[in-house]
Amino acid sequence: MDCIQSYVWIVPLMPLIGAVINLLLGRRLGNRVVGPLACLTVFISFCASTLLFLSLTKLPAESRSFTNLVYTWVLVGDFRAEVSFLVDPLSAVMILIVSGVGFLIHVYSIGYMHGDKNYSRYFGYLNLFVFAMLTLVLGDNLLLMFIGWEGVGLCSYLLIGFWFEDKKNAIAGMKAFIVNRVGDFGFMLGFLLLFWSLGKAGVWTIRFTELSANAHLLSAGMVTAITLLLFMGATGKSAQLPLYVWLPDAMAGPTPVSALIHAATMVTAGIYMIARMNFLYVLAPSAMTVVAVIGAATAFYAATIGLVQNDIKRVLAYSTISQLGYMFLGVGVGAYSAGIFHLMTHAFFKALLFMGAGSVMHGLSGELDLRNMGGLKEKMPRTYWTFLIATLAICGVPGLSGFFSKDEILWKAFSSDHGHWGLWLVGVLGAGLTAFYMFRVVFLAFFGESRTDKKAHESPGVMTIPLMILAALALVGGYVGVPEVLGGHNRFHHFLTPVFDRHTEVATHAHHSVGLELGLMVISVVVALAGIFIAYQMYIRHPEHPKALAERFPRLYNLLLNKYYVDEIYHAVFVRSLLGLNNLLARFDLGIIDGAVNGSAWLTKITAKWSGWWDNTFVDGAVNTTASAVISGGSVLRKTQTGRIQNYLLIAIIVIVVIMVVKII
Amino acid sequence: MTDHVLSWIVFFPLIGAAVVLILPRSQERAMKLVSVVATFVPLLLAGWIYLNFDRSTPELQFVEHYPWIRSFNIYYFLGIDGLSAPMVLLTALLCFLCIFASWNTDKGIKGYFSLFLLLDTGMMGIFCSLDFFLFYIFWEVMLLPMYFLIGIWGGPDREYAAIKFFLYTLLGSVLILLAMLALYFATEPHTFDMTKLMAARGSFVGPFWKVVFIGLFIGFAIKVPIFPFHTWLPDAHVEAPTAISVILAGVLLKMGVYGLLRISYPILPEATVWFSYPLVILGLINIIYGALCAMAQKDFKKLVAYSSISHMGYCLLGMAAFTQAGMNGAVLQMFNHGTITGMLFLLVGVIYDRAHHRDINGFGGLATQMPIYAGMTSLAFFASLGLPGLSGFISEVLCFIGAFPVYRTITCLAVIGIIIGAAYFLWTFQRVFLGQLDDKYKTLPEINARELFTLIPLGIIVIILGVYPMPMLDIMRVTLGNIISIVQP
Repeated sequence: MDCIQSYVWIVPLMPLIGAVINLLLGRRLGNRVVGPLACLTVFISFCASTLLFLSLTKLPAESRSFTNLVYTWVLVGDFRAEVSFLVDPLSAVMILIVSGVGFLIHVYSIGYMHGDKNYSRYFGYLNLFVFAMLTLVLGDNLLLMFIGWEGVGLCSYLLIGFWFEDKKNAIAGMKAFIVNRVGDFGFMLGFLLLFWSLGKAGVWTIRFTELSANAHLLSAGMVTAITLLLFMGATGKSAQLPLYVWLPDAMAGPTPVSALIHAATMVTAGIYMIARMNFLYVLAPSAMTVVAVIGAATAFYAATIGLVQNDIKRVLAYSTISQLGYMFLGVGVGAYSAGIFHLMTHAFFKALLFMGAGSVMHGLSGELDLRNMGGLKEKMPRTYWTFLIATLAICGVPGLSGFFSKDEILWKAFSSDHGHWGLWLVGVLGAGLTAFYMFRVVFLAFFGESRTDKKAHESPGVMTIPLMILAALALVGGYVGVPEVLGGHNRFHHFLTPVFDRHTEVATHAHHSVGLELGLMVISVVVALAGIFIAYQMYIRHPEHPKALAERFPRLYNLLLNKYYVDEIYHAVFVRSLLGLNNLLARFDLGIIDGAVNGSAWLTKITAKWSGWWDNTFVDGAVNTTASAVISGGSVLRKTQTGRIQNYLLIAIIVIVVIMVVKII
Repeated sequence: MTDHVLSWIVFFPLIGAAVVLILPRSQERAMKLVSVVATFVPLLLAGWIYLNFDRSTPELQFVEHYPWIRSFNIYYFLGIDGLSAPMVLLTALLCFLCIFASWNTDKGIKGYFSLFLLLDTGMMGIFCSLDFFLFYIFWEVMLLPMYFLIGIWGGPDREYAAIKFFLYTLLGSVLILLAMLALYFATEPHTFDMTKLMAARGSFVGPFWKVVFIGLFIGFAIKVPIFPFHTWLPDAHVEAPTAISVILAGVLLKMGVYGLLRISYPILPEATVWFSYPLVILGLINIIYGALCAMAQKDFKKLVAYSSISHMGYCLLGMAAFTQAGMNGAVLQMFNHGTITGMLFLLVGVIYDRAHHRDINGFGGLATQMPIYAGMTSLAFFASLGLPGLSGFISEVLCFIGAFPVYRTITCLAVIGIIIGAAYFLWTFQRVFLGQLDDKYKTLPEINARELFTLIPLGIIVIILGVYPMPMLDIMRVTLGNIISIVQP
């Protein structure tokens, strides 16, 4: 059983093999083979992950960690990076989520993508996505993590723009990659700074275990800078303020891809990275505050946009951004295990929500607009019930998974040494908004009269069975982390403790009473129920109210509907100015730099011309003058050369006479 | 053959050129086959060298040392070390593939292939010769065929581009010649032997040698090309036929950096250190300026040309820091840039052969019509923009890691290059390959087997060196460590 510990590489390798086969041979293998093969590879990964998880639980709590070195990847001077996988409670939980939820999404895709002409390309990319994410969470050093980090960026690019014949989709994919690259800029700088500053202290390493053991060598200012830069990377990957803009557009891809991006892979990478680097963040309280504040702000901000969107997937996209904000709030106040807990439960219910939305689209032949739905409850019962369970879970209704995880975050936001009641308050208000907009979706889509003439039908079993499995997980997934105050043991928290323990997971329970914790819990539940109630009032009892409200506050409504015009502002400020700068520089290059080259060539030519003229006129002229002088002199002289002896004699006599005269005188 | 393996590598293509010239004009196929053989044998020999290369020593290997012109103390002196071995390998590979990329040349077959093989000899000679005089001879030998290859077989504006290239490089050559003579007369007995010049480096200190360094630097900078000496490159690239663009970007640009590392660094270390800050600034300008200019281009080939300028900037950044990581990163970047940009130019050639234009905005949706071509292009694009897992990433990140301890602010600014790089490549990809396919391109044929044959070896190298770069790093590490210890004892 423990021999699995030397075969960790199977986990990421399997989907990679699937990707290579599907991309290179997929068309020849045919759709019958491609889909099941893709699912199988991820399923093997899931089985291996389960074995790894079990073998980890058999170890004593404090030694639950092992690495599996595959080979030395780069070795230059002091820099060494290995392809080596680290399994500890954190990565074990992550690979279970990624491969498990990923597998369900693969199965669902068989039904959803049925008949697409690029079926094999789709599954190739999907497998590659899972491979990249598994590498990200299993890598035992920063550089290997970065492979996965950029790998998921690549796959999101490929899958968001999967239907690239539509230019809009292609641009959405490009936007995702480039915005992520802006974050990666921060990640790369953080990486360089960390490697160098620790190296200066005598430890050249990028391995997490060694970084963690030596983090105390770094100065406080340095740690703050490093953690903030890494966090910049996280805001890109995990769609936080101000780099969240790519995620709402990312739903341009096929819906199961949205499920994969929003739930199991990609956006969770930022949370994972910060949890993985927890040993640095605890040394930088101000950076933690930044993380928590950005998280809380994003949680609330994105929820407000979600209130008014009419596109079902867009609502879900903003809800993802908002929920990720909660996770950052959690890790920002030092509650790492709570953040990861919410990551897990969110993976269940958000995958379910997206796949439910996909099922609705499937049933309504691609309809996305909530205004054209309604009354689907009877026609799509399985989709309805599973979607409802997911909605209850995300709203934090007691007993469902989202309740336990969200409440733990809110409690820690209030009670932790890094927390603040203001953070808690923003979180609770956000939870109220969440409950409202999620039930708005449920009521608009599944209740009331049908507002479309399309014939809705339930999706096939290959799609609904994954929905039901995820619904079960969304129902009971929270019971691994029931808090002590409710009589549970919070086993999830204790399982993860060895990863976060050295830094004391901030002793919170000491100075707050049980009564306070329960009281806050009740408040957040009441707020969530209030949100549901208001949604019920507005969309079931008085369906005319929303419109009236929008007309009453047109500015606010338009501001929210247009997402605070952030895309437009970014476009004007960054994209346009970059393009302007490019053109300016290109003109400079052509006009000034190349102009100087051509100018000097021209100058040389002119000089050559002038010197040629000079040469012709004067230098050569002098030569010619000499020559012609000689010639004309010659012709003058020639006249003397008459050829007659008498003349010669005459001249000779004259000359002699002249000489004699001169001599005598 | 293995006794004089370097001579064979250098002169085998020349023999091929002679055979091509002897063949009757009608035997076009035979000429091409001769060219294949004349470049394949050096490739095999380069492979043999790779296998038999001793990676544990900075000493010169496979040395051939014979007197040539005794009265001037000039030697026929060949040898390679960890710096030149990757370049020899790269040149051999690209020349072989470029013969296939030139297969459809339609005019002057005899002239084209004989000049190409002469060019091959010149390039190999530069990387193998260790006598400065011999180096200079090869430097000039390479120039001439390049001039004709661009000027005769190039695009519409070929004569302007060819003359610009020729004069620009000649200007550089003059400066190199002067520096060479300065070194020659400063040693006693006078010598062109690079190893002896290196040994005498202690005497090359002071202001005069800084002037000499600048002269040499400009000579090499023109080849790299380093801002502001770069404008010959876009013109030459745009006009040159595909295979020649590949050679230009893949091999000729490397000669500048190679010259700096082979001659300037170890012979004039004092001036090198003195000049390191300007060098890294120029590297930064190359990276950012080249990338921004690339983004503004509308001609596909010009875009790739400017991206070359940007990518050569990473070499300068890495090598200006005199650290292990930086130096290895720089030389690895030279190799990787050769393979990746080689792919890019081949790919541009593929579409130009079919659509007869290169206007980026004039395409769209080609991925529907030519999926394999689109796949190969995306591989090259992502390698070029430094996607982890592909070769370009390793060398870029090593340059960053190497430069960061020495030039923190500049390295931080240089990292912006990865954002712009992603932006212009993906934007280009979107404009050329994605979106709706124009009706007039519905008849474009998919990339053919010959074209794939030129691309796939490069693609495989790009992937392998991304996943496992050690085979290349192992070759160069010891030699580069030695150069660092010379520059910064």
